[in-house]
Amino acid sequence: MSCGRMENKILGYVDGRLKEGERREMEKHLSTCAACQLRVKEFRAVSGLLDELPMIEPSAAFDIRMQARVAAEPAKQSWWAWFTPSPRIAFAASMLLLATVWLGSRPSDNALSAADIDKINQNMSVLENYDVISDFGALSELPQPVQADDNGDANQNQDQSQQQNQNQTM
Amino acid sequence: MLDVKAGDEQSFALLLHRYRSPLINFLYRMVRNREQAEDLAQEVFIRVYRAREDYVPSAKFTTWLFRIATNLALNSVRDNRYQRMEISLDAPVTVDSEDGDEKTLDVAEKHPNIEQHLVEETRKKMIRHAIDKLPEKQRAAVLLHKYQELDYGEISKILQCSESALKSLLFRAYETLRVELAPLVAQQGK
Repeated sequence: MSCGRMENKILGYVDGRLKEGERREMEKHLSTCAACQLRVKEFRAVSGLLDELPMIEPSAAFDIRMQARVAAEPAKQSWWAWFTPSPRIAFAASMLLLATVWLGSRPSDNALSAADIDKINQNMSVLENYDVISDFGALSELPQPVQADDNGDANQNQDQSQQQNQNQTM
Repeated sequence: MLDVKAGDEQSFALLLHRYRSPLINFLYRMVRNREQAEDLAQEVFIRVYRAREDYVPSAKFTTWLFRIATNLALNSVRDNRYQRMEISLDAPVTVDSEDGDEKTLDVAEKHPNIEQHLVEETRKKMIRHAIDKLPEKQRAAVLLHKYQELDYGEISKILQCSESALKSLLFRAYETLRVELAPLVAQQGK
């Protein structure tokens, strides 16, 4: 194997990152190549020199500044949070819903009584022909009913109306 | 990171504690300025925090973290390239201390063996300068490979190149370091 093919594997060999097969292949090459042996030795030396640089510690101010920067970040709301109302709005919406349900369940003031329903049932035949009666022109010519003080007056008015109708038809 | 995504602030604090030191060290070795390295590290963490809800665990968290850090560092290095001050030859002799500040040598400093200390500091300075002289991408590759011990797959994703291109990049970087550090390499080899 040529040195050119080995070049990119030398560092991996120095760091022990080669796969088993690659490592064996490299060792086989090194056993016959003095130039690559020297390069491995020098790369090991360079790697050792790089180890001499000590690590630095973060300054005491770093954490404080970092915390301040994170705290200053605006709270990010998800799209779902946009639909989530605040507690006040949720309370107001609940109250409105309760009021609507309560008003809806109350009996209406102008609901029909049982007597009204009986009366409607009795006059059902008239109501069924309401369209015909409403278009009946002769009815519009009838005099307005007079308010009766008692039943007697009411009967008398009814008699007079019947007599007028008879006269008109004749 | 998935706990952070779920809104667990405590997990973010743990994440910060776990990765702040390796991240600051990586950035410091990239930009060679402690204050700037910490500012960049803060920017990296803030970006992670902002993107927490969109995080998809398609790659390792470290890959994602160091990809953000590498991009920020490379941009910063390129921005600073023409703003770097050349150190005057007349300036007092200084020694780089690893805390990031250029410290003027105090002869009266009480050190058990000042000569040995000087030799060590000179070695470190040579190593740091050799790393600094590497092209930015080679430098990032060496730092991620050597100090973060990331595997080739992760580093190639961070640097957005193929694994074979990364191996070639690392080989060239080590070749440069071998030449730059030849006197030290020869000492090491003895």
